[in-house]
Amino acid sequence: MNSLNINSIIRFVILILAQVLVFSNVNFMGSINPYPYILFILLFPANNNRTLFIFLSFMLGLFVDLFSNSGGVHAAACVTIAFIRPPVLKFAFGMVYEHQTIKFNNTEFSNRVIYFSIPIFIHHFIMFLMEIFNLSNILLVLQKTLFSGIFTVILCALISVLFSNKQR
Amino acid sequence: MQQIINFVIRNKTFLLFLLLFVISLGLTIQSHSYHKSKFINSANFITGGVYESASSISDYFDLNEQNDILLDENNRLRTQIINSVNSSVSSNSIIDSVSYNGHYKIQSAKIINNNYASSKNYLTINKGEKSGIREDFGVITSRGIVGIIDNTSNGYARILSILNTKSRINAQLKSSNQIGSLKWDGKSGAATVQLTDISKFALVNKGDTIMTGGQSTIFPKGILIGTINSFILDISGDTYTIQVKLFNDMTNLSHVYVVENLDSKEIQRLEHPIDE
Repeated sequence: MNSLNINSIIRFVILILAQVLVFSNVNFMGSINPYPYILFILLFPANNNRTLFIFLSFMLGLFVDLFSNSGGVHAAACVTIAFIRPPVLKFAFGMVYEHQTIKFNNTEFSNRVIYFSIPIFIHHFIMFLMEIFNLSNILLVLQKTLFSGIFTVILCALISVLFSNKQR
Repeated sequence: MQQIINFVIRNKTFLLFLLLFVISLGLTIQSHSYHKSKFINSANFITGGVYESASSISDYFDLNEQNDILLDENNRLRTQIINSVNSSVSSNSIIDSVSYNGHYKIQSAKIINNNYASSKNYLTINKGEKSGIREDFGVITSRGIVGIIDNTSNGYARILSILNTKSRINAQLKSSNQIGSLKWDGKSGAATVQLTDISKFALVNKGDTIMTGGQSTIFPKGILIGTINSFILDISGDTYTIQVKLFNDMTNLSHVYVVENLDSKEIQRLEHPIDE
């Protein structure tokens, strides 16, 4: 339990730093940035205290907001996906999640991509909607969501493969 | 009472989610209104420190390019000095060196964080209140304008970039003194901004130069902004909306100048005597 906490804290700090120093400055094709810091929310141990989890997600988003001068945009998006994570987990992994024995390292790659993409697109949609804050620009919001979302899903999948310590 | 407590305990996750969501919504709305985004900004010692140490590494990557830009500027200024010295010596030989009353004070700073991908872009510089930098100072480079200081801490300051949908800057055509306001629509990329409210009687030509007008107390008159790329008459038929191509490369900024208008307090007091 204790080692798990330390692991989470390290992940929290590293993901925020990587996001604000590297990934927010990618600017692919002018303005497309990935947001892989939400891996912290996606890979947080499933059988854990939910209130703590939602609060940690809020802090994660708030820190990214602090660095990127965006008000509370990331915090709102992060809190939302943290809140809707259990149904998404159930949808993506089915029975494995029901028995509360899920280990992300041991899941199928295809399942994991499905599980990543749903919260990622929701997160990006809320984030860009609140950032642009203008319903007449909804097309711009959807376009940004799509492009950044694809970028983030690919990056998250790669990172989770790269850093998974799968026992064979 | 018991039931209320039970209700809260049963729905504590949802209530916490709702609370945090409302907080972040409030912060977002606050950040959308000009001059109110005080709490969540990158001009504090944590974020400023992180950005400064990161930029001390990444600065080395475009050192050559920045040197060229500075050399270019030195070149231009030196030409100006030599030419003005020659002309002033010939015209009047008495130089009053006692009362130096400049209207603007300029100091250099370095960009440590630059954003241009979102619709609300901010930059962070490595100087703040310690160096006398306050809100509403203008920020320029040798090639054009960058933005306006909108938040300061002890050692850092945040710039509201001209690539921000909140930004409004007074600008004019160089050829004809017609003033308008410079905005950004958030979707036309980092090289183009819009100049609106130019009267339809103005003579607008493609390729004309746009510069800052002297109407605001922030920028001195005549700082170059960009050239006219294209223009259309608004639906109302009274004003032009002009697409301006910036001289500045907003994606590659390093050294900037912070401009302080020493007269701004006096002008503001004169213009808004009732506010006090």
